[in-house]
Amino acid sequence: MDTILSIVGVSKTYASGHRALEPVDLDIARGEIFALLGPNGAGKTTLISIICGIVTPSTGTVTVLGHDAQKDFRSARRAIGLVPQELSVDMFETVLATVKFSRRLFGKGPNDAHIEQVLRDLSLWDKRDAKIRELSGGMKRRVLIAKALSHEPEILFLDEPTAGVDVALRRDMWKLVHKLRAAGTTIILTTHYIEEAEEMADRVGVIDKGRIILVERKAALMKKLGKRRMLIALQAPMTAVPADLAAWNLALEDEGATLLYTFDSENEDIPGLLAKLGTLGIGYRDLETHKSSLEDIFVDLVEQKDAA
Amino acid sequence: MSTHAATKAPAVNFHGIWAIYRFEMARALRTLWQSLVTPVITTSLYFVVFGGAIGSKISTVGGVGYGSFIVPGLIMLSLLTQSISNASIGIYFPKFTGTVYELLSAPVSAMEMVIGYVGAAATKSIVLGLIILATASLFVPLSIVHPVAMLAFLVLTSITFSLLGFIIGVWANGFEQLNFIPALLITPLTFLGGAFYSIDMLPQPWRTVSLFNPVVYLVSGFRWAFFDKGDVSVGLSLGVTALFLVVCLAVISWIFKTGWRMKN
Repeated sequence: MDTILSIVGVSKTYASGHRALEPVDLDIARGEIFALLGPNGAGKTTLISIICGIVTPSTGTVTVLGHDAQKDFRSARRAIGLVPQELSVDMFETVLATVKFSRRLFGKGPNDAHIEQVLRDLSLWDKRDAKIRELSGGMKRRVLIAKALSHEPEILFLDEPTAGVDVALRRDMWKLVHKLRAAGTTIILTTHYIEEAEEMADRVGVIDKGRIILVERKAALMKKLGKRRMLIALQAPMTAVPADLAAWNLALEDEGATLLYTFDSENEDIPGLLAKLGTLGIGYRDLETHKSSLEDIFVDLVEQKDAA
Repeated sequence: MSTHAATKAPAVNFHGIWAIYRFEMARALRTLWQSLVTPVITTSLYFVVFGGAIGSKISTVGGVGYGSFIVPGLIMLSLLTQSISNASIGIYFPKFTGTVYELLSAPVSAMEMVIGYVGAAATKSIVLGLIILATASLFVPLSIVHPVAMLAFLVLTSITFSLLGFIIGVWANGFEQLNFIPALLITPLTFLGGAFYSIDMLPQPWRTVSLFNPVVYLVSGFRWAFFDKGDVSVGLSLGVTALFLVVCLAVISWIFKTGWRMKN
């Protein structure tokens, strides 16, 4: 793996005594999209803040492109762009001025062509002379992304990029992320929506209570964790699952009134099951399917972990 | 772009310093009214009251007409309060709005950040001091005996108190605290520091007590640059100002070393 970012033994205990992060080891490969998945308060933002220099780690080291993020912070930080979770913007500045400011702050000379391209990609070019306070929340989020991309970072951090964001922006953001990845940018995003990780990530790390529980390629994780269930409300209750249905993972619930079918993307066969039910003359009133939520996945993971 | 980002960054981020400086100067231009016009009007009012109304009852102080005598003190009063308020708001505001995340994550060293913020605040104070000087020259005859020393005191005082303002801005947890030190400490010290009188005019023990007020040395040195005479020697004035500058720098380097009130 061509490692672009290496985290070794990084932990954080805040002055209040709150232990936000247990020692974390994590390597990020150049060019990948890594999703850090976890519930609120799991330590996602703390970890990102440490990498970006906003929070000082209690222990451990962060190495960016071979540069120690504390000792050689200049070389490390100028390779990084950060889109924070909060909509922190200079209300009285114009869009163009604040994006140009960010580029200079990160040590780069003016490049109007690049700034224009970034603003166009984010549909902000028409708003370039608008004061930021006049913009909607979604537009402010776009401004934050433009600021983070202003200095052409090699690593982009997106902290909860789609929290409270409308559909149009979410779509634009995904498009932008794919475009950046094609250009070779490494992207690390945090989210508590599994769909977001599903849509964008190559690899997923799950973090809970300050611990990284697992890191896996998305495909493998979805196979492992992305369980789905279908509830079939029967017209007449059964006492046992018929032997003819043994090919499907079935169980009875509600004293035999509901047939529960559990499956994942690998062994999904709803049409086959429904056809078979028809052949067997088993009538049903209603069908309901559920995707396992992130919460279910966490419960599963934590239970597995506790059992181990 | 991946080829040169792997190389080491330059030792000084001049672009970063310039970005902060320009941002702060732009902020002042946006609020030109508060930044420059208000202090000028306030100073003119002081001038009319102290110089015109009261000054007419006092002929001269140490051979200098009272109207002219108070000019250095008036400039000093504005210089101190404005340096502090400019620099403290400059760094406090990003903390308040949350935009400080960008400063902290940028490849900008503590000293570069200070140069940007304090440089801009001091620039504004120096311009302000010169505007007040020009305003005063409309009211009273003014001749400056040591113009270079006058400028040196102007610059040194602006930088020193902008540094103090920066510290206050980092320290403050609310807007009330921003006004707390200027209102409760700087203004009284300036009034009692001989801005409007010579401490020679005070009875004992107040004369001796006044010598513990650092502002006495600032005003005295500044006044010496104008009239070639001050309450204390110019060397002592310069020494006290420089000492204060060094103390402020020491506190700031401690702040950045520990991340106090800036970082978790």
